[in-house]
Formats: sequence, C-alpha cells, structure tokens
Amino acid sequence: MKYVIIGNSTAAVNAIEAIREIDREGSITVLSDEKHFSYGRPLISYYLYGKISLENMNYKGLDFYEKNDVTTLLGVTAVKIDSEKKTVLLEDGREIEYDKLLVATGSRPFVPPMAGLEKVKEKYSFMKLDDALSLEKALGKDKNVLIIGAGLIGLKCLEGILDRVGKVTVVDMANRVLPSILDEEGSLIIQKQLEEKGVTFILNDSVAEFSCGTQALLKSGKALNFDILVLAVGVRANIELVKDAGGDCERGILTDESQKTSLPDIYAAGDCAASLDYLTNTKKVLALLPNAALQGRTAGHNMAGKEETFTQGIPMNAIGFFGSHVMTAGYYEGEVYEEKTSSTYKKLFYRDNLLKGFIIIGDIARAGIYTSLIRNKTPLDTIDFELIKKQPVLAAFSKEARAKKLTERV
Amino acid sequence: MKRIYVNEQWCLGCHLCEYECAFANSNLKEMYHLKGKSIFPKIHVEDAADGIHYAVNCRHCQEAICVKSCIAGALSRDENGMVVIDQNKCVGCYTCVLVCPFGAVMPAEGGKVAQKCELCTKNACGTPNCVAHCPNNAIVFEDRG
Repeated sequence: MKYVIIGNSTAAVNAIEAIREIDREGSITVLSDEKHFSYGRPLISYYLYGKISLENMNYKGLDFYEKNDVTTLLGVTAVKIDSEKKTVLLEDGREIEYDKLLVATGSRPFVPPMAGLEKVKEKYSFMKLDDALSLEKALGKDKNVLIIGAGLIGLKCLEGILDRVGKVTVVDMANRVLPSILDEEGSLIIQKQLEEKGVTFILNDSVAEFSCGTQALLKSGKALNFDILVLAVGVRANIELVKDAGGDCERGILTDESQKTSLPDIYAAGDCAASLDYLTNTKKVLALLPNAALQGRTAGHNMAGKEETFTQGIPMNAIGFFGSHVMTAGYYEGEVYEEKTSSTYKKLFYRDNLLKGFIIIGDIARAGIYTSLIRNKTPLDTIDFELIKKQPVLAAFSKEARAKKLTERV
Repeated sequence: MKRIYVNEQWCLGCHLCEYECAFANSNLKEMYHLKGKSIFPKIHVEDAADGIHYAVNCRHCQEAICVKSCIAGALSRDENGMVVIDQNKCVGCYTCVLVCPFGAVMPAEGGKVAQKCELCTKNACGTPNCVAHCPNNAIVFEDRG
C-alpha cells in the first residue's frame, strides 16, 4: 500500500501515527512545501515571545519519521492530483503514485486587495515558521508596527512582538477585537488589557491605500506611519488541489465523517477540510489544532482500512495575552448564566437542556469539564446544573456517572 | 497499565493526598516545610454536599484528548501508556485545560506551564505518593485493564 500525504503539520503527523498503528508495511510519503520538521503552527507567536526555542518546536521526537518509516519530500510543491491515474504531480515534474492520499494542506493568509500594497517592502504574513523568522529579522526597538487584523492571528502576533518593537497599532474593520470567539463584553475586556500594555487599536476602519512604503491612509482619513506591516486579515483553506481534481469543495474540502472527500481514495483533514461541526450538524472549516489532530487520526485509520468516524468536532479556543487566559467553546445562544468580578468573567450559554457554549476570561481552572458537557451533549437535567454553573466540578454528576469516570478505565 | 482509581465511599476528605503530592514533587526534605506555603498539587479533592469527597487526578485516558490537542507536542504518551508532559516544550496555552473532561490538567506553580499527574515517576517516590499515604485506601493504584 502506498500512502501519500500532502502536508506535514498536525493532521499529517497524526495520520501517520494512525496508519502505523494498523499497517507497518505500507510506504508513507510526506510532501510539504515547508522544509522544517513538523511543528505546531500556533507556536510561532510563542517563539517570538520567547516562550519556546526553535530546538523545542518539533511537534514529535526527532526520530519520528525514521521510527515510522516515512519518506519525506520537504521543500516540494504539489501542483496537481490526477485522481484517475492516482498520482500527485510536483512542481519539479516528478509524479508520485498513491493508493491512498491524504490532503492536509492547511490554509494560507488571505490578503484583500489594498491599493499601493506593492509599495510596502516590509510586509509580513503570520502563518508559518518562516513568516515568524523573517518578521523577527525586521524587529527592533525603534520600529513602529502596523498590524491589519484584530483576530486570533493578529493579536497573537502582537503578543509575540510587542516587547521587541517600539510601538504597535492594530487596525480592523470590525468594531471589536477577536469577534470570531468573543462577545462584545469579552472583546472589550481583552482590548482594554492590551491597551494597558500600550497597544493602539483603530477599529471600524480599514486601509484605503498605502501612499508609500511606510504610510497607510485609512478610510476614516487618518494617516498612519509604520516601519513594518503585518497582514492578519484572514485565512483561506488550501482547497485547490482537490477542487481542480474535481472534488467537492465549499470553503474547505468537503469530507464525510471518515474524512473521505468526494474523490475515491482521497481524504482531507485539518484546516483545509470542511467537516462535520457536531453542534450545528453542518460541514464547516473548524480550523483549530485539536480538530486537525483528531481528523488526521481518523483519516489515517480509514486509509489503513480501519473504519472509524470523527463526529465530535466543535469550535473551541484557548488563548491569552501577557499572562491572561481566555477559553471559549461552542456557540453563544440561548439563556445566559454569568459571573463577573473585577478580573474574571464567565458566561455559560444553554438551551434545550444542553450547554451550548461558554466564554471564560480569567479563572480557567477545570474549564474542560464545561467543554465535555458541550462535546458529549450531556442533558443538563442529568447533572446538578445549579452547582456546575458556579464551578466546574465532577460533583455535579450522578454518583454512577462519577464512578464511571473515576473507578473505570477511560 | 496501573492507574489511580478512587474509592469515593472511603474518602474522608482529609486532603492529605494534596499535601503528599505537593511534597513528593517538591525538593523538600520534610513535609513540615510546606507549612504556610501555597501548594500546587496535581491531585485535587472535591468536597460536595452530604459528606461526599473524592480525589481527582489524571485518568491517563486511552484516547487522551489533551495529547491530541497540545499545540506544542508537549503532552504525549510514553511506552507504558502513561500521559506525560514535557514542561520544556509547554508554552502554557492551556488548550489541555480546555479539553480535559476531568479537570485534571492544570496550570503549574507560577502559571507559565501546565502540569498533570505522572504517577510520581519523575520524582524520588517512583510510585504514587498520594496512594501510599492515603489513610483509608480511598485512592488506589491498580491495573483494571
């Protein structure tokens, strides 16, 4: 059996492990346009922040490929899948044959058209290790940085570089920070935390044009001078290889619950895939690392012949800035239970006898117990919801349910 | 693999296991040096209404979602099946805290990295100190398959 994986990040590595649990004999070839050993993409901001060294960024032990008998072709670009011939064509003309193919191509930065952007020399995206390494070279205490985008990527980049530059301004056309994961109140708390660190936010605004390589004119009429531009507006799933081969795609490559695409023997996992969102029962790109790992594992097992489905993908995020912590999961709909102190904030959203989502800023201890209620769709009338609302404790479960958790192998 | 299990009906709620855990993972010579100090044990006793008490620590799940969720590859499973953490790799994002259904992975002292029970394999005890010192066999270390 010839397994080929396009991509070398979380989904790919977890697929390799899953394949090898079942098939020690088949050949596995990994193709990636990145030359690095597999690393967790979200680590790049922590690298700039000084929380992890380059040496420690490898996602698995350095003997991983050897131990799993994987052939790596790194620094190559796959340009075409021929699903009838079952080959992947590389940019250099080589053709790689496969019996089972996993597309784990991730996503890329989305850069909207902005007039004059070509004049800006010092501009960076913030997705890959190489982005972080080139941005790092440009950093300096006298540098003025403009970040376009106040989402997860823009703000983690901000945390990574703030202490290494002179000043950071963040511009976003949305009216608040982290709109994809927080409600308005939560956004304000984080914005204020970051403003106290000296960051300037310009919201409800966007770049009309770059008048020269170091100045942005905003739609509001403001002119902003900068030395370094970081573009963190959004991402797009890398679907083209499958789409061009005739596979069904929406915003991501559509997969079933086994991570199969609409093309025979081709699977997709991770940020490039639109797979089942367990909570809305729709196909979505749930671009977060845990889902990439779980989808990759499911794909790997199925590729090696073990039928398995992954049905519990949910949106969730753990993020924080300069020592603060934010945890979110699910969707913010239904009735709300909330608790606030000067430094903490918790909202639980519930409806139809189910916990639908939560936002916690500050006291994140044992938040996974809430996540498990969402992930397991635990009926709230089977637990002491009044108790668990206040504190995530196992005491809220029945004695029998607790015994399963604490006295049996799980 | 041997794991820690609890006998809820025998737990007195004395919280001694929390001290034994903190002591086992400290470099202190005697337990009394913990007097007056904040402790950061990897085991946690829940005290509920009606005299219910029990200890909770890592279950070393067979499909450990913390391992799958770790952005740094800091959490992994060793050759015996124990879930271990490499704190040199941990960046303290606490995605593990977000996903652990038992609330058994937590920030370590100082709040920079995560910690979890590793069955006292990384300290001088070698075997779980909470189990060794539980006065009532309310925490046991057994192979239940």
